[in-house]
Amino acid sequence: MPESFVEIESVDLAYDKESGNAIEDVSLAIREHEFIAMVGPSGCGKSTFMKLCSGLLPPSKGTVVVNGRPVSGPLKIVGMAFQNSTLLPWRTTLQNVLLPLEIVEPYRSSFKQKRAEYEARASALLKSVGLEGFEQKFPWELSGGMQQRTSICRALIHEPEILLLDEPFGALDAFTREELWCALRDLQAERNVTVMLVTHDLREAVFLADTVYVMSSRPGRIVRRCEVGIPRPRDLEVSYTQQFQDVVHELRQLIGGQH
Amino acid sequence: MERREFGITVVSPAAFVLALFVLWELVCRVFNVPLTILPAPSDVFAAMWQYRAPIADNSFVTLWTTLAGFLIATVFGLVLGIAVGWHRAIYAGIYPVLIGFNSIPKVAVVPVLILWFGLGEIPAVLTAFLISFFPIVVNVATGLATTEPELEDVLRALGASKLDVMKKVGIPRSLPYFFGSLKVAITLAFVGAVVSETVGSNKGIGKLMLDAQAAFQVPIVFAGLLVLAVLGIALYAATAAIETRFTGWAFRGQANR
Repeated sequence: MPESFVEIESVDLAYDKESGNAIEDVSLAIREHEFIAMVGPSGCGKSTFMKLCSGLLPPSKGTVVVNGRPVSGPLKIVGMAFQNSTLLPWRTTLQNVLLPLEIVEPYRSSFKQKRAEYEARASALLKSVGLEGFEQKFPWELSGGMQQRTSICRALIHEPEILLLDEPFGALDAFTREELWCALRDLQAERNVTVMLVTHDLREAVFLADTVYVMSSRPGRIVRRCEVGIPRPRDLEVSYTQQFQDVVHELRQLIGGQH
Repeated sequence: MERREFGITVVSPAAFVLALFVLWELVCRVFNVPLTILPAPSDVFAAMWQYRAPIADNSFVTLWTTLAGFLIATVFGLVLGIAVGWHRAIYAGIYPVLIGFNSIPKVAVVPVLILWFGLGEIPAVLTAFLISFFPIVVNVATGLATTEPELEDVLRALGASKLDVMKKVGIPRSLPYFFGSLKVAITLAFVGAVVSETVGSNKGIGKLMLDAQAAFQVPIVFAGLLVLAVLGIALYAATAAIETRFTGWAFRGQANR
């Protein structure tokens, strides 16, 4: 196995002393260009885990190492997208996608001079997720699926090495969701970015990821690491095969809950 | 504009105002109300025409003191609102003082202002300012405080400073709140200016009404009230127009029918 790109070692995280650990004794290693998914019951600290990886929260115990360096503050090589698209309603789609470039160096200092170049890049990115011609529309003129596409474009515009997705498709209908799975699959294949996907949807996790981690309920621990043995990139048809169903079924049993 | 739209936005309010005046006129005539109690609209308009020069003169003074006070309140309110929304410590420190200050009836402050600055326009400007900055502060601070935490995370993960988050998200986001509060502030500023003129001044609509009242010129008092109402509507409409111009995105439901 190649050297790991993200290494998390026996990490605990508590928001404050009274509430106890949100996640506990989490260790995992992610290869460069790997696509991992985190699944688990509600409130198992999946989102906390994302904040940890992006450097927004420091671990209470243990270490997070990304690209050979311990994480001590926000990581600029990270792009994030959330369940609600958090697009800015006063900006057009194109301007929303450009937002990270106004903040991250080296783009920030050259933003004014190279605006045309960056706009072309944003347009190309939007085109690659099927949003050609929507650059000048405002987010509220787009459908939910289109907003999520835009949100993912925003997360990718500064060419991050890690893409963190926190239930990005949770608010979409089933068909739009499947469409976006394919869009994400293609984006990842094309850009070769390392992806961490937090989701409630086991089919989504199994369809997209190389490796699925199952977390227990609070305090969140990793109870299982499961390599999806289906070759990638996968076609939607795969999700109807027995092999796929077996993996989903196995994961479902691990999560448990009352029925 | 569509015909139906025109009917709702222009004809309907005009008809309502007209009906109000007709009813008022009828009440005065039918019950034979004395001029010193309630003059009929015809008497009021007659007085307004007869004394148009002093009314216009004094209206102008009230108008500019209102606007001057309102402008100071806008700048001050915006700065203080951003400061309050910036950090919880500033919020916690300033808020009780602000609320305490806002609870003081401004009529009570006017004599102090006159003591300091003498009779004239300055107390009116200051009263207009003091009475109208509070809603601006509260609204701007609210706008900043309700920024989505996820959005802040997206930016902070990119290494954005607090100032970046404010500039890119907080301030644009609080603009609709800010402009919304301007509509409230402008009417308050107007009230403040007139209150100050009524308590002690040598010019302005408030002063004119006070003098007319002392002379039992009740139609002029009512003429003053009407002018105040019309000016109030005009100022409100101007602020509302600025609001739609700058924060159209926040009114998307109405703008994109």
